[in-house]
Amino acid sequence: MSIEWYLVVSALVFSIGAGGILIRRNPLVILLCLELMLNAGNLALVAFARAHGNQDGQIFALIVMVVAACEVAVGLGLIVAIYRRRLPIDVDELRELQG
Amino acid sequence: MAEVFFFLAAIGALAGAIGTVALRNPFYSVLALVCHLLSLAALFLLLRAEFLAAAQVIVYVGAVMVLYLFVVAYVGGTADPIATAGRPGLRWASALFAGALFVELSIAVLGTGLTALSEEGSGWFPAYGTPAEIGRLLLTDFLLAFEVASILLLVAAVGAVILARRRTGLEDPREISVGDLMRSGSRDHLTGGEAGTIIEVEGPPGR
Repeated sequence: MSIEWYLVVSALVFSIGAGGILIRRNPLVILLCLELMLNAGNLALVAFARAHGNQDGQIFALIVMVVAACEVAVGLGLIVAIYRRRLPIDVDELRELQG
Repeated sequence: MAEVFFFLAAIGALAGAIGTVALRNPFYSVLALVCHLLSLAALFLLLRAEFLAAAQVIVYVGAVMVLYLFVVAYVGGTADPIATAGRPGLRWASALFAGALFVELSIAVLGTGLTALSEEGSGWFPAYGTPAEIGRLLLTDFLLAFEVASILLLVAAVGAVILARRRTGLEDPREISVGDLMRSGSRDHLTGGEAGTIIEVEGPPGR
């Protein structure tokens, strides 16, 4: 398989994730769509690493996975905090950043 | 044979991605994302990134997605309407934006004229992508990135605990915070001295 196919799949997944972030209102699902976009980037990184025949892209993808895990931890903590304050779990309702 | 596996994994990844966006129940969205991540791990294997595929399955599917499932179960994943009622055009505008983004990305990636893209990829050595090679690179060439990533993980873990902790007074008297449990003597005050019984779990009766 040529590398182009992987890159097209990566672009498709990235677009689907971006569209999902715009469409959905539940912050949980928005975080999931963010994961989609990060993973599309990972796939492109690994494909480019394969195209060049060295492993630097794989290390980059590994670091991206670490950053994604951090983002998930903080994002889910925020959602739990929102839920505890009995605010609506809806990004259209959460317009004010004041505590 | 590789083509068959590629198309199976690619179809799985795309179906999982579409399911994540389109399913109304967040619980099912998480499960669709699990399907997507497993397919992506198969694609990583096809690209000879063995360690990354294993880390994807163990870290993402095994740990992060379970965290998602716990939070969805805790918050009570209610099905929400996908498009907002007040703005019916938003859904179509978003789909249009996603399509435009895909076209733009495809032009940017495929129109670059990189000749290496249209072939199988350059030569690889037998140890390519194995845990030993990745570990050697992480501890030699990319040591700084490795350490910074570990510090970032620590900061994120502490931040998540601080964000999700109970910060104001107890609104519901049945709720017991960690600080109350650590303070000696307050347990009897909270539960009426019935330590180790059902009343301790349920709280004082009549509330």
